[in-house]
Parts: sequence; structure tokens; C-alpha cells
Amino acid sequence: MSSDLTNVFAAKMLPKRELFSPGHRACQGCAPALAMRYMLKALGPDTIICNSTGCIEIISSSYPESAWGVPWIHVAFENSAAVASGVEAGLKAMMRKGRIPQRKITVLAQAGDGGSMDIGLQAISGALERGHDMIYMCYDNEAYMNTGIQRSSGTPWGAATTTSPAGTQSSGQNTWKKSLAEIAVAHHIPYVATACVSYPFDFMEKLKKAAAVNGPALIHVFAPCPTGWRCASDIAIRLGRLAVQTAAFPLYEVVDGKFRITQNVPHLKPLKLYLGPQGRYNHLTDDQIEYLQGELRRRYGLLVAKAEASQE
Amino acid sequence: MGTRKGMEVSIGIAEAVMMADVDVIPAYPITPQTHIVEHLSELVADGHLDAEFVPVESEHSAMSCCCGSVAAGARTFTATSSQGLALMHEILFIASGMRLPMVMAVANRSLSAPISIWNDHGDVMAARDTGWMQIFVENGQEAYDHMMWAFRVSEDHDVLLPIMVNFDGFILSHVVEPIEVWSPEEVKQFLPPYKPPYRLDVDKPWTFGAVGIPDIYLETRMAHNEALIDSQKVMEKAWDEMAEVVGRKYSVLENYKTDDADIVFLTMGGISETCMTAVDQMRDEGKKVGVIRLRMWRPFPFAEVAKELGGRKVVLAVDRALSTGGCGGPVASEIKAALYPLDKRPQVVEFIAGLGGRDVTIGDFKEMYDKGAAVAAGGAVPPYEMVGVRA
Amino acid sequence: MSSLPGWKALPPGCPVQTPLSAANNHTGSWRSERPIWNHEQCVQCGVCDMFCPEACIKQTAEGFYEANLDYCKGCGICKQECPTQCISMKQEEE
Repeated sequence: MSSDLTNVFAAKMLPKRELFSPGHRACQGCAPALAMRYMLKALGPDTIICNSTGCIEIISSSYPESAWGVPWIHVAFENSAAVASGVEAGLKAMMRKGRIPQRKITVLAQAGDGGSMDIGLQAISGALERGHDMIYMCYDNEAYMNTGIQRSSGTPWGAATTTSPAGTQSSGQNTWKKSLAEIAVAHHIPYVATACVSYPFDFMEKLKKAAAVNGPALIHVFAPCPTGWRCASDIAIRLGRLAVQTAAFPLYEVVDGKFRITQNVPHLKPLKLYLGPQGRYNHLTDDQIEYLQGELRRRYGLLVAKAEASQE
Repeated sequence: MGTRKGMEVSIGIAEAVMMADVDVIPAYPITPQTHIVEHLSELVADGHLDAEFVPVESEHSAMSCCCGSVAAGARTFTATSSQGLALMHEILFIASGMRLPMVMAVANRSLSAPISIWNDHGDVMAARDTGWMQIFVENGQEAYDHMMWAFRVSEDHDVLLPIMVNFDGFILSHVVEPIEVWSPEEVKQFLPPYKPPYRLDVDKPWTFGAVGIPDIYLETRMAHNEALIDSQKVMEKAWDEMAEVVGRKYSVLENYKTDDADIVFLTMGGISETCMTAVDQMRDEGKKVGVIRLRMWRPFPFAEVAKELGGRKVVLAVDRALSTGGCGGPVASEIKAALYPLDKRPQVVEFIAGLGGRDVTIGDFKEMYDKGAAVAAGGAVPPYEMVGVRA
Repeated sequence: MSSLPGWKALPPGCPVQTPLSAANNHTGSWRSERPIWNHEQCVQCGVCDMFCPEACIKQTAEGFYEANLDYCKGCGICKQECPTQCISMKQEEE
């Protein structure tokens, strides 16, 4: 049962228009697909999407059908940020030269965690640094799910994937999840935020802020994948909530370099509640879970300190 | 008539791109292309050109940015060379497959390893089958004229394909030549503003780059191939109209002293000028030799090549690239394919010359001729030769 | 024979010209369970609609919610998230 009562009262305030159509081919209970719904509810029809290769691209654009109700382009895997740079520059030049009418159009590039944190990182860094007026959104399901659940640099410590399996000599992924939002912050751009599908209004508010700023914005949205996380198809939203409540994925925004935690969790829940329902963590011992929880809490403390320092 | 100015060919190319009123220039520096984009950035900085100059962080992103810009409906130009073209490789196929018209100047340079900044055609030959239109120019005027021409052909609604204009790195890119620049009226007459048939448009929210399921992929490849083959007609029409506007007539290939020639050189790009000088000297010695220079490389002009070469005794095919472990030279390979269906075929003697900037001299061409003459006299056709290689 | 166009009829670059046309693809056949709403418990809050990854739950004229079974994949998120636990999942018959 939902513990977030704001949702109960606010659900009907969700914009009605659906610009991401049913009939898409995402797995049952796919949170990234839900993220697409929210993203377009927040940004509306005057939006152009540049999509990297990945789950969302594959499940939404199988010729001759498309799930998209906005103009959408897919070029390749590692380059949606560069493609969006071109779209933004093209629109800007053509509006300035009077070739097309002046109009506010939001350009959004997006990829999964692999397409963002691994193969696409250079193109994202370039686009952010150049200052294009665009949003980059990473929908993070913590592995290369489309190719069959291989580890990425967004896969958390301890998670078993098909290329970071748990075995007698391994406890799954043995590296730390990359902090994409903090990498974006290091580009000194006007807006950076983390978000989670379990907090749709927080997520949509952040998208609107990202669209409103003049310059680049990055949103890192946490989107559980029941198929890849080896869990039941009905718990993606519950897991997203637990990830926030256990500090596995804290929600914050960084406006002009100033950190603010947007979902305060004064009493973090035991990490075990979050890991327990997921098959990818089945192999972890209590000691390992303790270790991981300690590290996540230490980092959450650093984040809280940054947010407090930002208020001074 | 435009005015004639002495300028570095790279600067000339940039000036022509400005005349074409390009909207977006994604650019990344690489020798020997860099002077083009440097000059374009100056033209934008000084307000002579109203365009977005996007200093991307790699050639891969340059080509990706081009795709986005063209898909948005903007006239788009970029330039590259060698490793840069290789880094773009993946996206080259996508630009053409998505039928995104754009112009890319390629200052031809050899590929690593070992690293070499000097000229040959190894870079573009690795991009041969990317589905782009590809031409080779020989001098500054030709390079300048073909910027306007390339936009015109690429953006034609019967074509809608990207085009590479190849010119030799350093030996053409960095030389100063007299170039007759077009007047704004001439540009206006020849090159209309780009009107995309469709674009990323919020009022017409289409999906571009959808997944090509097995039931449609084959048809997309067929349509792409046919469009590339058919682009020759549009190219020829644009050459004809360019001749009417600026008085210079170009064509698929150029003949030089070939009317009575039994033995002809077949070349592409800048070495053709050295070859012509060698031919002049050999003509003085009474040798019936000429040069055919290919301008159009993709689509490959099979009919014209067969027609021009069919009646000769020997073709001396001079390649500037090597198909390593394969047939030798990529141009020679295509020539042989064009000649094979003929009843009476010339012998093709193949040379790989000038790799990595090695000079190809008049003396080299004379030696090639002698080897061809021996074949014409009944000698065996030798295997392809790496011209000037030390044992 | 395929119903898709031949190569001559393809628009260059093969764009999909009909937005939201994925709706032609009825994913309801993937389902092994369907959500059933108990209207006595339902408070018509719309949380089920909000969290549906298929965007296939809609409000009826009476104010209650129902899933469009052409698309519902039976993931069960609506049941899981319903604050009054008014949704149950019913096994599809063979």
C-alpha cells in the first residue's frame, strides 16, 4: 500500500493528455515506460525527443508504429546528447533567420544508464559544457537491460547481472554506482536533479524547472526494472520509494550549484527492506548488506551536509 | 561574373559555405582540415555568416550533431579528415540511411598506424560504402564551386542524401590558388534555400529512426541504393545549370588528351595535375597517352567508365589507397568491374601510389606508362605495384 | 505478403508518420492476470491510473477506474499501489 499520501490526493491532478501511447512493447511493470508518460505530461506537445538506442527506443518505435505523440528521433546509442545539440542549434538558427516561427520548443535527449554513464558520457559532457538550451534525461534501470541485463557503471555495488554474476569468487558488481548528477554539477550548468518514478509530482516539477532554465539541465530519474532486478512485476513503484527511503537513491536538485534535498528522509529505513524483494541481491550476506548500507548512509550524510552548506 | 581572388583553398571552401548561407556548422579540429572550420568560426564571429557554430567534443559528435541539425530542417556543413572520418564512421551510415542531406568537406589524409598527417585516400575509401554521395575535386576553383553544387544536389528532393566533397589534404587544402568567387546573385540563382520535405516538427510529430524490422529493412536499403544511383541524374543537371550560371562546366569524368590514346591513366584527385604534366611530356615524345580523371566516385559511373575505357589497349589505374590483403586498389577494382561485361576489354595495370604523402613524380608516371606499354605490346599483366616502395 | 509498403512507396528515411500508432499493437494478449476493482472500497483517487506504465487505466463516467484490456499487461502495479487495496488480480482463463 502506498505510504505517500500526497499521491492519493494529487493523482487526479495528473495532466490527462497521453503523449506516450499504450501498445508499446515494454515488459510488464516497466518503470522507465512510466517515466516517459510523466516526462511528456510535464513537458507537453512542444517537445522534441532525441532518444539513444536502448530499452525505450526499442519498445516505442518498432516500424510502422510509434508510441510517441511528439517529434522523436533516434540516431545511435552514444550520441543522443550530440543529436540534441544539433536539433537545438538548428532550431535556434532557423528561428533567428526567420525560416521557422519563433516558438518555445523543449529539446530533450535521453538514454538509459549505459547510454548515459558509459558510452554516452562524452557526448553528454560536451553538450552540457557547450551550454545548449536542452534537457538531458537519464532513465536509470541500473544495467543494460535491453541486451539482457549486463552491468553498467550505473549498476550498484552488490547487484548480480549477467556480466557481474555472483559466484564463489564474486559478490556481483564490485564497483560503485556512478553519480551522474554530480558529474553534471561539475559542468556548472543551471539545473541538475535526481528523480524517481515513485514520486511523479516531484519528477514532473523538476522537468518543468529543467525546461524553464535557459541553458542545459540534467535529470537522472530512477526507474526500477522488474525483469532485470529479478523481482515481481508489481513492485517497481514500491522499490523506487524504498530506494529513496533507504538512501540508495536520494532525491535532490542543484540549482545554480546549490544543493537541495527534495525528499528529506530524517529516519532512513533499513536497506534490507529495499534489497530483499530483488533477486539480484539474493546472494548478499548480512555483513555485505551492512557494509553497503553504511556506505550509502555515509554518502547521504555528505549530501545533507552539501544541502545545508548551500543554504548558508 | 564573380571576382577572382587568390586564397588558400581551405579558406575558399569556407567562403563558399558562407555564400551558401549555411545554418549550422558542427566542427572539430583535425589536420589538415582545420583551416576550413577556423575560418568559418571567424566568419560567424565577425557577423558575416549568421549560423550556429557548434564546437563539438569529437567527430563522432560532429556527425551526430549534423544529423540532429538536418533533422530539425537546417542547412548543415562540416569538415573532417582521416581519423576524424573514421571516428564518424558509425554515424555516416545513419546520416545516409535516414536520408539527411548535408555537405562534408573531407581533406583526404592517410589513416594510422603509423600516424601520418599526410595525404592519400585511405580515409575516404574506408567510408566508401557508407551510402553517401562522394566526389573528388582537383583544384581550388573546383572545390569552391562544388560547395554550392553539393548543397544543391544533396537537398534535392529526389536525392536527400549527404555528400562528401573530397580534396587532397595539404597538397590542395593548404595551397593558395586563384579562385573566382560567386556573386550573391549567382548563388541565389543556383542554390535555393533548403526546404526539407519534412523535419522534426511539433505540429507534425513524426518518429524518425524507428526500428527497422525484418519486414521493412530490405526495402529501406533498396530505396537508399536506388536514390544513390539515381543521384547521378541530379548531379549532371546541377552541373549543367552551374555552367549556365558561372560558366564552368563539370562532368562525371574529365578527359585529357584521350581522343587517340591507346593507353590512358585513370586517376582521382590532385595527382591528376602531375599526371597531365607527365602526359604532356610523353605526348611530346610521340606517345599516345592521356588521362581520365574520375570526379564522381559514389555513385560509381559504370556506364561512362566503360564507354571511355572500353576501346583502349591499356588502362593505368592509379590508386591512392590500398585494400589491405585484398584486390589492391579500390578504384582499380571498380574499373575492372565496369569493364568486365565488355566483349573487348583493355588490360588494367594497377598502381598504388602516394600513400601517406609520398610524392608521386612525373618520373613515376612515365615509369607507369612504360609498364603499360609493355603490356600493350603483349607482355603479361603484372600484379599491382606499390609505387616507389623500398625493398 | 506483407502489408508494409514496397521500396518505391517508402518515404525517404522511412519515418513513422502516424503519432501514437503503437496503439495498434494490442499488448493485452501478454496478460496472465487482470485487475478487478472492488467499487465498494474504491475512493476514486486515481493512483492506479497514475502509476500504470501502459497508460491504460481510465476513469469511467461513474467515476470508477478500469483497465483497457486491449493493452493491460497484468503487471499488478495498480493493485500494489492502491491505497484502499480495492484491486485484486484475477487469473485469465485459458
